[in-house]
Amino acid sequence: MASVSLRGVTKKFGNIDVLTGIDLEIGDGEFVALVGESGCGKSTLLRLLAGLDWVSGGDILIGNRVVNDVPPRDRDVAMVFQSYALYPHLSVADNLGFPLSLRKALPGSIGSKVAGVAASLGLDRLLHRRPRALSGGQRQRVAMGRAMIRAPKVFLFDEPLSNLDAKMRLQMRAELKALHQQLATTAVYVTHDQVEAMTLADRMVVMDQGQVQQVGAPLEVYDRPANKFVAGFIGSPAMNFVEGSTVPGGIALGDHTLALPGRRLPAPASKVWLGVRPEHLILTTQAEGGIAARVAVVEPLGHGTMLHLSLFGTRWVVLDAGRSTVQVGDTVYLAIRPERVHLFDCEQGRRLD
Amino acid sequence: MTTVWMRRAAFTGRWLGLSLYLGFALFPLYWLLKIALTPTRLLYSEGVRLWPSATTLAHFAQVWTTTQFPRYFWNSAQVALGAATLATLAGALAGYALSRWEFRGKASVSFVLLVTQMFAVMLMIVPLNRMLSGVGLNDSLLGLAVVYAALNVPFATFLMQSFVDAIPKDLEEAAMIDGCTRFQAMVKVVFPLTLPGLAATAGFAFTAAWSELFLALVLINREADKTIPPALLSFITKFSVDWGQMAAASVLLLIPVCFFFAFVQRYLVAGLTSGAVKG
Repeated sequence: MASVSLRGVTKKFGNIDVLTGIDLEIGDGEFVALVGESGCGKSTLLRLLAGLDWVSGGDILIGNRVVNDVPPRDRDVAMVFQSYALYPHLSVADNLGFPLSLRKALPGSIGSKVAGVAASLGLDRLLHRRPRALSGGQRQRVAMGRAMIRAPKVFLFDEPLSNLDAKMRLQMRAELKALHQQLATTAVYVTHDQVEAMTLADRMVVMDQGQVQQVGAPLEVYDRPANKFVAGFIGSPAMNFVEGSTVPGGIALGDHTLALPGRRLPAPASKVWLGVRPEHLILTTQAEGGIAARVAVVEPLGHGTMLHLSLFGTRWVVLDAGRSTVQVGDTVYLAIRPERVHLFDCEQGRRLD
Repeated sequence: MTTVWMRRAAFTGRWLGLSLYLGFALFPLYWLLKIALTPTRLLYSEGVRLWPSATTLAHFAQVWTTTQFPRYFWNSAQVALGAATLATLAGALAGYALSRWEFRGKASVSFVLLVTQMFAVMLMIVPLNRMLSGVGLNDSLLGLAVVYAALNVPFATFLMQSFVDAIPKDLEEAAMIDGCTRFQAMVKVVFPLTLPGLAATAGFAFTAAWSELFLALVLINREADKTIPPALLSFITKFSVDWGQMAAASVLLLIPVCFFFAFVQRYLVAGLTSGAVKG
């Protein structure tokens, strides 16, 4: 086990800057998720940690050792690939034992370790099979077992659940979390799925355009997104946005004014982005001063109802905890909880307050 | 009803077409075998017949016992196996490099490899002779094997490149993280997965070397170092052609190649399609 530090890490492919100055400290035993849209540089960052690509600038430290020039085999990290990358010509047992056999372990000790890992992952009956004879979930387990077997300093996960069907993904997500609680090995987990990142990680790193946008505990990031990108990326359904301008004591949104008592606001008549999460919009009545909106789509979820509304000239989503009787075409009235409103500046999207 | 009929007609047509082609392609081989089995006294006396009135294995026995044929056979085997091994090894390494790495001059290397395939062998005789003399390999089986290998390396390289292209990079990267050097990853993961490609490449190089006449005729002068194809010419003398023995020797020449392809054909069919079409 070891801590991981990234200090001013940059990466260029030709003239293209993929990572521009990444600073990140990952504690010993911590589970950190790198999350962002495809092309944000998260996978590149993971490959730099693994040693599959070299940094263009800055330092990578694993356990206080600079590993910039250390080849992958000497970094003592293990990686689980999105494609699982099981060796097709080897049996499950040989796949699991592969890292040990390369380290000149005694055949007897390899056998007992393989048996141990296989038992803990429920693979004991499949040891003689080839990877192509396994289901997606079983392959996933073999890939994890191969990573676990030599007790590396750091686990690296590259979208390990993306190739599984939805049900299997949920199950493996929970297993992964249990596994980490049990092993307590430092883990870096790359995903584009913000739900995976939130549920698994001790801390999440939100990335965009080769830069870290925000680092924090999942709920911290959810509750106080540092900028408009993070606000829009984290949370499903995504946060609703509308452009408004400040007036004394509140924000003018079209012909409606939202009072924000006790909030520090920029100078009056500044343009701001106002963001509200779908679950922080409340269905109310006209009499109570709700904002009128027309219902475009109704999506019953069982545990609630998702309403797509035409509001402020754009599409807003409301998550109502009840079983709404609202029909498409109806007019509903919304209240915005002022303490749950996020404000971002219009130029750079930075959080205001 | 009509669709069934049409399908049957299509099936029969295809079957007929393939049979005709097969008959056309195999007839010379059949004729060769027939002559090899015909006793010499019947060769000219019976006229053109599909099967002689009597058969004999005497030509085979004569070829094997009274001529130097076993020696030529052994020479050919050494040269062909040597050439196949060298060409496959070089082709695999070069194909791997072309598939996995970006390096300066990569496109030129591919282009030059392609251009070498456009030279007539005839043009290379004099330079080859000079080069082989320079390193003391003229008139030697090793020299011949090296020449055959060199001629087959470009094709072997392209073939192996397409096979390596089909192996996901993830596998090698996983192996390197698991503790392999790049070379170990290539040997332990990539090459086992390209076995069909290696078999196909070795097969082509082997067949090409095994049946090559021209270079063997020109580069080898010593009688004891002859390979089979030029040796077959010795059945044609100033005064007569020993058709029976020549045919018997030719049939013997075919046997190893047939065995070889019988052995690798299932890799070949799977390999050539899966290697050439990425997926």
